[in-house]
Amino acid sequence: MEFGPHLMLAVLEGALQAAVLALMASGLSLVFGVMRVVNVAHGEFYMLGAVGAWGVTSFLGISPILGFAAALVVAPVLVGLLAAAVDVTVLKRLSYDPERTIVATIGLLYVLQQATLMTYGADARPVAEPFSARIALPWVEWKDGLQLFWPWGLYTTGYRLFVIAAAVAVLVGLGLVMKHTRLGLMMRATQADGEIAAAFGIPVERVYAMVFGLGAGLAALAGVLIVPITQAHYLMGGDALLMSFIVVIIGGLGSLGGTLVAAVLIGLSEGVISVFFSPTLAKILATLLVAFVLIFRPQGLFGKAAR
Amino acid sequence: MPKTPILRPEDTIHSPSRRAALRTLGAGGAAAATLPLWARYAGAQSAAPIRLGFEMHATGIGAAYGRWYERTSIAAVKAINAAGGINGREVVMVTEDDGTDPKRAAEVVEKFATQHKVDLAFGTLFSNVVMAAAPRAGELKMPYFVVSEGHHVASGKLNRWTVQPGITDVKSQVLAMAPFVAGNLGKKVTMIYPDYAFGYDHRDNFPPAMKAHGGEVIAQIAIPPTETSFTKYFAKIPRETEVIYHVLVGPAVLTFVKEMGEFFGPSRPEIFGFIDSIEAVDLNSPGLEFLEGTYFWEGNPRYAQKDQTAFDKAYRKAVGVDDNGASVADPKDVSTYAHMFGCWETLYIIKQGMEAAGYKDAGDRQKLIEAVEEIGKIPASDQHPQGDKVFNGKTHQVFGHQYVSKVAKGRLDVVHTSTIEDGMYPDEVDYTTQSF
Amino acid sequence: MRRDYLVHGALLAALLVAHFLLPAYHHGVMARVMVLACFAIGYNVLFGYTGLLSLGHALFFAAGMYGAGMPMHLWGTGPGAAFAMGVLAATLVALVVGALALRTAGVAFMIVTLMFAQAGYLALLLASRWTGGDQGIVIAQAQRQLWSIDLSAEGPRYLAALVLFGVCLIASLALMRSRRGRVLIAIRENEERARLLGYDTFAMKLMAVTLSGTFAGVAGAGYGILFGYVGASFATVQYSIYPLLWVLLGGAGTILGPFLGTLFMYYLVDTASDLTSAYLLVVGVVLILLTLFAPGGIGGELRRRLWRAMP
Repeated sequence: MEFGPHLMLAVLEGALQAAVLALMASGLSLVFGVMRVVNVAHGEFYMLGAVGAWGVTSFLGISPILGFAAALVVAPVLVGLLAAAVDVTVLKRLSYDPERTIVATIGLLYVLQQATLMTYGADARPVAEPFSARIALPWVEWKDGLQLFWPWGLYTTGYRLFVIAAAVAVLVGLGLVMKHTRLGLMMRATQADGEIAAAFGIPVERVYAMVFGLGAGLAALAGVLIVPITQAHYLMGGDALLMSFIVVIIGGLGSLGGTLVAAVLIGLSEGVISVFFSPTLAKILATLLVAFVLIFRPQGLFGKAAR
Repeated sequence: MPKTPILRPEDTIHSPSRRAALRTLGAGGAAAATLPLWARYAGAQSAAPIRLGFEMHATGIGAAYGRWYERTSIAAVKAINAAGGINGREVVMVTEDDGTDPKRAAEVVEKFATQHKVDLAFGTLFSNVVMAAAPRAGELKMPYFVVSEGHHVASGKLNRWTVQPGITDVKSQVLAMAPFVAGNLGKKVTMIYPDYAFGYDHRDNFPPAMKAHGGEVIAQIAIPPTETSFTKYFAKIPRETEVIYHVLVGPAVLTFVKEMGEFFGPSRPEIFGFIDSIEAVDLNSPGLEFLEGTYFWEGNPRYAQKDQTAFDKAYRKAVGVDDNGASVADPKDVSTYAHMFGCWETLYIIKQGMEAAGYKDAGDRQKLIEAVEEIGKIPASDQHPQGDKVFNGKTHQVFGHQYVSKVAKGRLDVVHTSTIEDGMYPDEVDYTTQSF
Repeated sequence: MRRDYLVHGALLAALLVAHFLLPAYHHGVMARVMVLACFAIGYNVLFGYTGLLSLGHALFFAAGMYGAGMPMHLWGTGPGAAFAMGVLAATLVALVVGALALRTAGVAFMIVTLMFAQAGYLALLLASRWTGGDQGIVIAQAQRQLWSIDLSAEGPRYLAALVLFGVCLIASLALMRSRRGRVLIAIRENEERARLLGYDTFAMKLMAVTLSGTFAGVAGAGYGILFGYVGASFATVQYSIYPLLWVLLGGAGTILGPFLGTLFMYYLVDTASDLTSAYLLVVGVVLILLTLFAPGGIGGELRRRLWRAMP
């Protein structure tokens, strides 16, 4: 493929990846920002969203679009409730100690993943795209004057565009909730200082449970959105977790805005770097970047200094 | 119930009751089949069952294969037992999951040998797993029957205890496909394959074979095993490509094929794939419509063909697979039909080898390997439903026919059957010169 | 002296006796457990005694394993020299990672170590031409001969594992009984105070990371040579989590804990895998229960109930 169309394709792919990543990473970032908990099981909530979408659509057995719409609501809510229950039964009892919660969420990761293996099985299962339309895109080249042509593989699909739009809508909604509602105010107050927030009568424990549920719900939503493109598999959470870690750290731990910028940057560059390098090398560079950002610029590339 | 003498271990070979028992047994499968299990095997040299360790990819990326390998093996063991077992002894299968993980696989082999005390182990598919486990089997001097289609056995990298008598290796498959691709589809080929051992068998063997038939591989695209999105790789396909040659395994195969279809849209080159790319995937899944008119290598045709043999019919029935290659119980549960026959045939090779060697216990393991090395020609039969084969005792590898099928009206129709010779290549090792 | 040396010596003696008594399968398992326990001992030096939680120890284990396995595979190096090279490789990697990662603390330290280990794992895949990628390298039986002892045979392998384990166990005991060991514990309890007392806490922590990596390297090199397989799956996150689990289970900050945890966990997983293919579920449940109810692990309980001065 020529360079121009190839780059364009990489950008389109990157935009999709960035959209899904932004949803997932904002959940991780929210949980870390408010609760100071690094949720290693975050990728499993993403996986549960995808598996849940398969469950809902195949249980209902109605038209792809209605089934998918139902999954879009049901799966994230169920996963959010599950996460809230985990918060109350496990994390709260650890007093949200940062290191012990990491160990506990590693345990949770295995429990969720293996429980899925025992019930759902080891196969990758597809969910039909609610609507499918391949949209071929033209490219221009200079051959005796400017000419329009349709290169192989320069395309996107209606569903991919929908995923990008949906992610943007949800994130804008999340931003509005954080800024303009009582709930958002309570979260921000708890984030600023849990003890003072409690003194002002904010039910900190309930806020924590809600935040953990919301974070997991966002991951699950990302899972539901991606599953018509990739299929649900019990091991799909691992790579997703790693990528959202990378995004959250580059963006600055706990900063939602930074997370979004980083998601777009990482999503796009993943696509573009793999044009030039092997994908494995691209991943190595990304992980090393995270390590060095944490070592030399712990506030993240886009965060403000001093946590 | 007929009176069958029950032998105690201390009965000697010369005991008259024993001869009588053997004669009773010789009276035929029909009589034997009416006896209860304990009585049926009672006449054999030892009433203890033969224990076969089945190393299963129950979890991890090989899970879809593992499930069907298990079903096929259970069916074969059932059929063998119904016909009187091996050397008149019942066959018992002991299953252990290796998680498709090389490290665990080596431990499982150890567990088979020292804890389950099996007579031999079989059933491994993924090349990396075989590579890790086979040396351990060699050290433990336990016969290891792989059903992996990897070239590792015939390449000489393994040992005398490891054999692959039930399925051909990738090198042979690839060599047999090159004349078809060059002759019918096009000369300029772009290859897409997984970035690990199994893919390397394709990467290394197909280009020279293509060259020998006047074709050329113009690009090779390796895909990391855990990849979940593929469009960025398709973008690397050169524009002058006439044929895409694809092969992929693992949970993401459906995504892979679907995205390939989306990538090309209405104007695609010829596409030739190894069925691995859609093994265990329903050919009529949404998004796969573009496969219509493309070609696949099949180890064994998934859809029952017009000229289906009686052997294939009986085999399908025994395993519980319908004419579309899916489970009889659940038409959505598509089998790994192109590969799993290997387990069935391997078990019958084990039976043949053990009976030729007069196998009694673990002390006869070396004799078993020697007997298998002698097998040579294998005619098509109920025991070998995929077709006739030739086992090369020196390289421990079997050679057989390959099938090319074309997708037409949502099913796979065989359009070309290669000869056994198409897939032959010079020996790279002589295991029979190695010591045990 | 030294009730502690006596007790640990008795364990080693018991393991020697076990060599003659254990049935074949458990004999093989115990050899594995002893080698892996060296890994856990190393992890314990850092986590249990110094209070630093790393999520990247698979990198050091893999450095030892490949450091030993690749020379054997590529150049036919003998097992003795290869072992030394493996341990040296792990030590160097740990020194570099430590020097970088120790600029951070707490959660950031965990993530930095995790990322370095992940990069290491991916690098092994990338360099598949030499490392064999995820297929790994098989080290031929013929190469695993040390002074005409066949290390791949059951007996010598068990004894070799016992020697490795014994050396690691006694070395970690001696370290923790030494002045430096006490400084490490002081850092765990209160780093600020240790610094005010005039200790160079960065240098001490770096020493702890490096030593910990060296132990991991001993285990990795030993495992590769004794069991004949060197593979990238040993460099995955899972192998960073295992030592954490073993140490937590056995008792962080006790000398015996790592061995007990490794032994217990091995049999737990082995038993569970007979019952279900989802045997890693056990790992998850044990991790959660431990953090909730028994942060001290087995060793912690022993110390509380039986032997207050247990090292």
